[in-house]
Amino acid sequence: MLSDFDIIVLMILLDRVTKTYKGSQGVALERINLHIEPKEFVIVIGQSGAGKTTLLRLLTREERQTSGKIIVGGIDYDKLKDRDIPMLRRKIGVVFQDFKLLPNRTVYENVAFALEIVGMGKKEIQRTVPRVLDIVNLSGREKSMPQELSGGERQRVAIARAIARQPKILIADEPTGNLDPKHAWDVIKVLEKINRYGTTVLLTTHNQDIVNRLKRRVVTIKNGKIVSDRANAEYKS
Amino acid sequence: MSHRFLSLSRIIKTGLVNLFRNISLSAAAIAVMVITLTIILFSVLANATFQNTIAQINNEISISVWLNDSVTTRQVDTLMSSLRVLPNVKSVSYISKSQALAIYKAEQPNSPELQQEITETNNPLPASVEIKPVDSTKIQSIENFLNQKQIAALEDPQYGNSYGGDQKIAIDKIAHATSIIREAGIIAIIVFAAVSVLIIFNTIRMAIFNRRDEIRTMRLLGARTWYIRGPFVVESMCYGIFAAVIASVIMDAVFVGSSSALEASSLGLLNINYAHTYFSKHFWILLTLQLIIGIVIGAVSSVIATRRYLKFKTAR
Repeated sequence: MLSDFDIIVLMILLDRVTKTYKGSQGVALERINLHIEPKEFVIVIGQSGAGKTTLLRLLTREERQTSGKIIVGGIDYDKLKDRDIPMLRRKIGVVFQDFKLLPNRTVYENVAFALEIVGMGKKEIQRTVPRVLDIVNLSGREKSMPQELSGGERQRVAIARAIARQPKILIADEPTGNLDPKHAWDVIKVLEKINRYGTTVLLTTHNQDIVNRLKRRVVTIKNGKIVSDRANAEYKS
Repeated sequence: MSHRFLSLSRIIKTGLVNLFRNISLSAAAIAVMVITLTIILFSVLANATFQNTIAQINNEISISVWLNDSVTTRQVDTLMSSLRVLPNVKSVSYISKSQALAIYKAEQPNSPELQQEITETNNPLPASVEIKPVDSTKIQSIENFLNQKQIAALEDPQYGNSYGGDQKIAIDKIAHATSIIREAGIIAIIVFAAVSVLIIFNTIRMAIFNRRDEIRTMRLLGARTWYIRGPFVVESMCYGIFAAVIASVIMDAVFVGSSSALEASSLGLLNINYAHTYFSKHFWILLTLQLIIGIVIGAVSSVIATRRYLKFKTAR
């Protein structure tokens, strides 16, 4: 059972969460229990279709759970009204496999957009953007358009955009999925750096090498169920 | 600077920047709106010109009541005042025998024999009362009045009045045709306007469909509905402004540059000068109307078109 203590202390809390889709897809997640504390770095692994992406989409409230309870940063998703969803999303940084950069905006404007929507003033944005671009090693690329960048650079812009608001949680859905090993590792190093600054990181990946080198808590999902949850784990296929 | 004002200025700025960054898409959307607004403008002008021609034709329609020579001035006055109070009568005028003679002579300047034959002393032309109707399709009501016994008694037995026989058929045909054209003009404007609205709506919908991923991404980043939608609305309203101005300039250029060619090609059926004068006289009101159509349709279309990409999933 959930205690009030869990709700206050935990950053992410999933309690018997089930997600079923209508039609042939059927059950995507079945009675998932997951407790993640602040400042943790958690890797979620599993084959495609295992339910990793569904899990993340529930956390960003792109989808609603069919049953069970989701509480993130003290916010109970059952009590969340549609008009409050933007406020929730501003507290969570998300990095997508396909980057999702705004195509008609420069690197600078892509990062600035995340700050504009929370109503930050121009001067503060001008101070913040170069700082986060420095964290992801993209100083000097402010004026580039997304299509002028390599995949790794684009993903780092996406990370810069996700962390610019200093979210408590960073969710990264296969951020290295479209990158070669060198660039993939650059991205992972940035995520570690952010985690050291105090952000809770939830990462999904396929990449055995990354899992083995990170030596972090690993949650394995198979057929919509958590089949293992171990600290300092290594990948076994 | 307040938060709300900051958001509004950012929405407007982003809308304008997007307009220029998506210049090819913007140009295509504006071009479509220019064409549709020009069609509406053209149909309004064509309709106004037709209506003018019809009004002129209808103005020519009148009924003459030829009076016999024994009718007294007093009887004429009574007849005219009782005609004036009829609902469908626009004007009534009296043409005396000598006026009729003067008109006749003016019409036959090349026949001196006829001119000599008919003089003041030997004047077979009757005096008459000319009635102009308000609505030429309802002359029958005037005719019914004239057919009353005591009035028919005043008429010249040889001529009676002009609403009869072939002339009656001709007048009725013209009146019927003009009333159809009048209605057809208004229906044409409504149809063109409706088609234009649909075309503009679809153009904007396509433009926004192209950028649906952008909308979804902004949604995922936690942007509020109007912060995402606002720039699209601003952009679409700008399409409307540009399109209305361009359509008016094109129309003006057409009149200035090729009114003689138009005049020739319209076979004299359309009074191009009248259309040009009408356009110049009503230029600002026509431009304002186009701006309103363009801006309102642009804004409404973009609000509707963005709605589906902004929705949150509610299904469990």
